[in-house]
Amino acid sequence: MPGNAVLTQTNEQRESLDSVVVRFAGDSGDGIQLTGGRFTDETAVAGNDLVTFPDFPAEIRAPIGTTYGVSAFQIQFGSNVVKTSGDSPDVLVCMNPAALKVNLEDLKVGGVIISDIGTFNDKNIEKAGFAENPLEGSFLDAYRRIDIDISKLTLESVKDSGVNKRDGQRCKNMWTLGLVSWMYDRDIEPTVQWLESKFKNLPEIAKANISALKAGHAFGETAELPAALPVFTVGSAEFKPGEYRTVTGTEALAWGLTVGSNLANLKLLLASYPITPASSLLHVLSGLKEYNVSTFQAEDEIAAVCAAIGASYGGAMGITSSSGPGVALKTEALGLAIAAELPLILVNSQRAGPSTGMPTKTEQSDLYLAVYGRNADAPLVVLAPQSSADCFDIGVSAVKIATQFMTPVMVLSDTYLVNAAEPWLLPDVNEIEPFPVSFRTDPEGFQPFLRDPKTGARPWVKPGTPGLMHRIGGLERASESGNVSYDPANHQNMTDARREKVQGISNFLPKQEIDSGANKGKVVVVGWGSTYGPISQAVGRAINQGHAVSHIHLRNIWPLPSNLGELFSGFEKVLVPELNAGQLLTVLRAEYLVNANGLNKVAGQPFRVSEIESAIISMVEEKNE
Amino acid sequence: MNNTATATEFTAQDFTSDQEIRWCPGCGDYAIVKGVRKALAEIGTPPEKVAFVSGIGCAARFPYYMSTYGFHTIHGRAPTFATGLKLANPELDVWVVGGDGDMLSIGGNHTFHVMRRNVDVNLLLFNNEIYGLTKGQYSPTSEEGTKSPSTPFGSVDHPVSPVSFALGVGGRFVARAYDIGQKTLPEVLKRAHSHKGASFVEILQNCHVYNDGTFEEVRDKGSINNQLICSHGEPLIYGKDRDRGIILNREKLALETVILGQNGIEEKDILIHDEKNYNLAVMLGDLRPPNGPMAFGVIYADPTESYDSAVIAQENELKKKAGEPDLNNLLRRGHTWMVE
Repeated sequence: MPGNAVLTQTNEQRESLDSVVVRFAGDSGDGIQLTGGRFTDETAVAGNDLVTFPDFPAEIRAPIGTTYGVSAFQIQFGSNVVKTSGDSPDVLVCMNPAALKVNLEDLKVGGVIISDIGTFNDKNIEKAGFAENPLEGSFLDAYRRIDIDISKLTLESVKDSGVNKRDGQRCKNMWTLGLVSWMYDRDIEPTVQWLESKFKNLPEIAKANISALKAGHAFGETAELPAALPVFTVGSAEFKPGEYRTVTGTEALAWGLTVGSNLANLKLLLASYPITPASSLLHVLSGLKEYNVSTFQAEDEIAAVCAAIGASYGGAMGITSSSGPGVALKTEALGLAIAAELPLILVNSQRAGPSTGMPTKTEQSDLYLAVYGRNADAPLVVLAPQSSADCFDIGVSAVKIATQFMTPVMVLSDTYLVNAAEPWLLPDVNEIEPFPVSFRTDPEGFQPFLRDPKTGARPWVKPGTPGLMHRIGGLERASESGNVSYDPANHQNMTDARREKVQGISNFLPKQEIDSGANKGKVVVVGWGSTYGPISQAVGRAINQGHAVSHIHLRNIWPLPSNLGELFSGFEKVLVPELNAGQLLTVLRAEYLVNANGLNKVAGQPFRVSEIESAIISMVEEKNE
Repeated sequence: MNNTATATEFTAQDFTSDQEIRWCPGCGDYAIVKGVRKALAEIGTPPEKVAFVSGIGCAARFPYYMSTYGFHTIHGRAPTFATGLKLANPELDVWVVGGDGDMLSIGGNHTFHVMRRNVDVNLLLFNNEIYGLTKGQYSPTSEEGTKSPSTPFGSVDHPVSPVSFALGVGGRFVARAYDIGQKTLPEVLKRAHSHKGASFVEILQNCHVYNDGTFEEVRDKGSINNQLICSHGEPLIYGKDRDRGIILNREKLALETVILGQNGIEEKDILIHDEKNYNLAVMLGDLRPPNGPMAFGVIYADPTESYDSAVIAQENELKKKAGEPDLNNLLRRGHTWMVE
């Protein structure tokens, strides 16, 4: 039991590990996300590679102590390349019984549970749904336990800072961060500075938080801990030299869209309506006015997309952002942008559905909506970032494609990418080739729908330009003149032209590459979007076991890469893991008549590496019929 | 010599496109397009600096017939496209055209917010109290009891008055005109244009196919005794012989119609129109026979800063403070570290 053995461990005694998965869990009011964020920063500074997975409830402050109010933050960090936030935690930090109840099944057998026993009273134990105190008896015998009265120790540590009991209790997360930082040999000084700056107008609160942080750290260093307490060193990862930061998908996408619009020499106008988990893009962009970014919080989803189209019509880069239910509302307007052939970017941060579904949980189930989800034959471009850092490149590409081809582009992000952070080797923006838009100004031979023979794009005219006044709209229009036309042959031609323009974009994009493995083999695993990390790691493991497996990861969902069919011909079998019921799967089967099989999961959680790995192995070992 | 001298060179023809008009013969829209072209010529903004944005419906075909920039969008959403357009391209004169179904039914929410925000666009609502393009169903402005293909036994729901709606949602410029009133219409449009912020003009329009004569008492020949033309600073006197007037019944807190010379009423008893008086505007907007005349002209005009100009002012302030933007700095905000 805790507190028996006196232990003073030095760095020399630390166990060295390649990678560790830690999950912090507690009430949604416990400051878990903030603790995770700070630990992420400390870990990045320590030189580890890392991937995080914040997982929180939709309720802002669910009733205290309930299982549905549990918020969690998982981080995997290591001395080698880390591609996922980890299948199962090595260490689970539980701030209350409910956190233990919800998260225990994910913990590795033999893993460490750090519990704040101060919260394990009868009321909380019952609320969590335990029949009896899980810390008593043999219930947790399969794990290594560290029971600490964090609540009490926190209050003791802040008693000189002058805060009341309530504010003192709120420093529990910093105490815990101090302890975990010590376990993994993290420097807490950056967090001290961060707290000083965050609470610079509330010096007592700053002092209390810093005291708690230091007390947690000192507890690990000096206090009586069971010999079982593992302390670790995780060596620095091998990074390419350069300047790094940690970045979430939201930040990277916001910056990519901003950089893209600047490279196109356009004002960016984001029109959006708040929705989980997409709102953070509106928040980030609304702070970037000095980069020629305007934001407009519209009255509803439809108003948002229409204002973005209006902005593009006016000569700006119109962007709108939402999640599944909001994107559904925008579909009529997308049809107009397709018909009027105007640039537009729609960022869809997918979440679990249908309908309201599980707003804070991740899913990839809007691929059909993106590719097919409009009335009539209405093609647009669909891109999907594969990691948080990749959101930057996708943001820049979306602007380039939308403006050079006069087409709407949908970016399929998801809840996971929105929130997950990873280290990012910062690019030099000056090295990205600019792609300034040249608006049509010459009245000579001007026709609003006369296409560029190379790209199929119609000219973009900024209203206000003399001599080029014209009318556009949703009624079918004559090719070239753009005048309203009900001519049967013209409608056929225009439908074909719209499709060919979008299909032709694949000729301007880089050819699809095989991410890992050979270009011939038994199984090719085809993924898209945020599942890159687990698929890549699972394929890597299968290859290490000697299997002829390769990984293709699609970032261009529509049009599909021009060489994809050719790549498929090198493999006997195709496995398509997706966080949906099989959407890319049927698209690939339809487009390539390929005998692909799905690995499908809709649990609101990312794939585990092991899930994909076992699907690969069973496919490899399956006898051909 | 100045720019206004050259600006006045435009004629209605300069705002007429080469497209053949496809409204039903005899439609009130013909008169409206004529009035709008005349007003634009008098306003004098060059056609390339003017954009018409519309939704769906008979009225929404309007942009095709103007030789300006034009965008025929989707049902009910024209005010939102216009908002985006104005934010991207604030130098344009933006006009929004729609019918009663477009702007008060499917698009009521957007009509509300564009006025609440006070975006500097001119909204023209052609009110014919019926759905024309879908062949005659009743609309949110149809009189109670309207028999239509979808209400064969008469509608039972209550209509909204566009002017009252506009005042209720915070419109700072609210006016009314009618299609064939070619004296009032261009004048009201010119005022709407010069107003900075959202300006709202209800234009009564006769649909002689599906709802002929719905405005007979206030629009047609012989209706002059029911037309109250409001003029700022002038007494609210009307009628063929200018012998009718509006007074305030202080007990009922309501407007009342009186005859000059009867019951001792003199001109000095008549209310003076004050277009900045919101409460008066609300009461004037509600008048309609048999409860009084119908008010035309500028019913309410009390400008305040427009949304677009406030947005641009805020952005310029921030840009000035931030200095020359550097995209590399953007990516390096917050904590970064070097790997050797």
